[in-house]
Amino acid sequence: QDTQEKETITPERTEEAKLKAKYPNLGQKPGGSDFLMKRLQKGQKYFDSGDYNMAKAKMKNKQLPSAGPDKNLVTGDHIPTPQDLPQRKSSLVTSKLAG
Amino acid sequence: FLGAGGGNDIQWCFSQVKGAVDDDVAEADIISTVEFNHSGELLATGDKGGRVVIFQQEQENKTQPHSRGEYNVYSTFQSHEPEFDYLKSLEIEEKINKIRWLPQKNAAQFLLSTNDKTIKLWKISERDKRPEGYNLKEEDGRYRDPTTVTTLRVPVFRPMDLMVEASPRRIFANAHTYHINSISINSDYETYLSADDLRINLWHLEITDRSFNIVDIKPANMEELTEVITAAEFHPNSCNTFVYSSSKGTIRLCDMRASALCDRHSKLFEEPEDPSNRSFFSEIISSISDVKFSHSGRYMMTRDYLSVKIWDLNMENRPVETYQVHEYLRSKLCSLYENDCIFDKFECCWNGSDIVMTGSYNNFFRMFDRNTKRDITLEASRENNKPRTVLKPRKVCASGKRKKDEISVDSLDFNKKILHTAWHPKENIIAVATTNNLYIFQDKMN
Repeated sequence: QDTQEKETITPERTEEAKLKAKYPNLGQKPGGSDFLMKRLQKGQKYFDSGDYNMAKAKMKNKQLPSAGPDKNLVTGDHIPTPQDLPQRKSSLVTSKLAG
Repeated sequence: FLGAGGGNDIQWCFSQVKGAVDDDVAEADIISTVEFNHSGELLATGDKGGRVVIFQQEQENKTQPHSRGEYNVYSTFQSHEPEFDYLKSLEIEEKINKIRWLPQKNAAQFLLSTNDKTIKLWKISERDKRPEGYNLKEEDGRYRDPTTVTTLRVPVFRPMDLMVEASPRRIFANAHTYHINSISINSDYETYLSADDLRINLWHLEITDRSFNIVDIKPANMEELTEVITAAEFHPNSCNTFVYSSSKGTIRLCDMRASALCDRHSKLFEEPEDPSNRSFFSEIISSISDVKFSHSGRYMMTRDYLSVKIWDLNMENRPVETYQVHEYLRSKLCSLYENDCIFDKFECCWNGSDIVMTGSYNNFFRMFDRNTKRDITLEASRENNKPRTVLKPRKVCASGKRKKDEISVDSLDFNKKILHTAWHPKENIIAVATTNNLYIFQDKMN
């Protein structure tokens, strides 16, 4: 029997190997529910008023730790405050397409 | 018909470009949707800042009978504003995801514009005369002292400079838990659908406090979620038929006469996959980013990351045609995954039923002629802006020795994406949106 097999590695598989080499912990199924859940939650910023008020009560006399330079990273001890949330104001400027 | 030379070929020429010249693009200026109205006279754009700009085609110039009218600003307004849902801790972007025009019924124009959560019906109307000669009011609006009125006159309408006003006539809110990706007006011109990641709702244009859910693919247990809805559109002629596409590369056609909740499709369009070719990227690149019916309604076109597919509604098991948009990217998927470009959502559009157009990177856009099987790559760039000069076709060199005038894959600018394009419903005029500029191209008229 001729056991010589021609294995053509598709460009996609080559790219996959590259990716797995860089990120060994990458899950098998990219389309899994975790991935899709992340997509569904796009734009979520966590502001829990319960946490906020309790933190305020605990630290009556101290200042709440405020967000560091990277305001988007809200983790650990930091309790987000309304001030930390990016101010979303509508653009009062006319579109440059109309300029 | 495409290609260089030949009697019937379209020769595309630069016509106009709108937007700022500078490279420093403000987020709000990123164009997020482009749409001609049914006559082609109006062209609407939406941006990330929630603004809509409408251009109107000028009447043809009598001194230049062979040049088509230019598009100039007709109206601009703030359609949506940013919101923060404190209850769900959700930032609601003002970005306009889609604009769809209603067919014109009277002097005013109507369009639907939507962000992630709320759809609005806008009325755009013209005012070119105003009443003058009131008895009790001065011309500036101040009230006159009635005792000074000695004679009476009848107020009359006098012409004034044209004013175009946009006003929100209906607000369709609170019907979507997830992010709206599509809106589509039914051919009955009374209803429309809105689709988010997991559900599709049917609305009546006159009724804002009620919406019927017609598709719901949310699993009872979210851990079992395997696919999301990516686009939806009503059939152009059958008012009971619509399609929706998924992140797994399937399209489902549903008939609203079959049941109130169209969870069971009437047709499922899916191309069988070769299991030996499957990779980590397969599902991601098969996700359909846009679905559009041909004007006849006989065919539909889908856009996935690397290709455009034409489906015959009568054949579910495979597309009738597949066109490669930028196949050379298949060997770059690793880096495209790392920089998130693999998730870019390209749209596509038809001219009638013969030619399809879609965007790519490096401000390139592609057209495929279904009849001649020819395709062309063009570039939207300010360097090509001599009116009536035919655009030069572009070519990407995938590997090997790069010829003069070709560009190598590694030199492509992946930040210059053309996601949104539109084709005039009646003429060979196209609108192509780069990140923050709108290009208008026309065919060279002889």
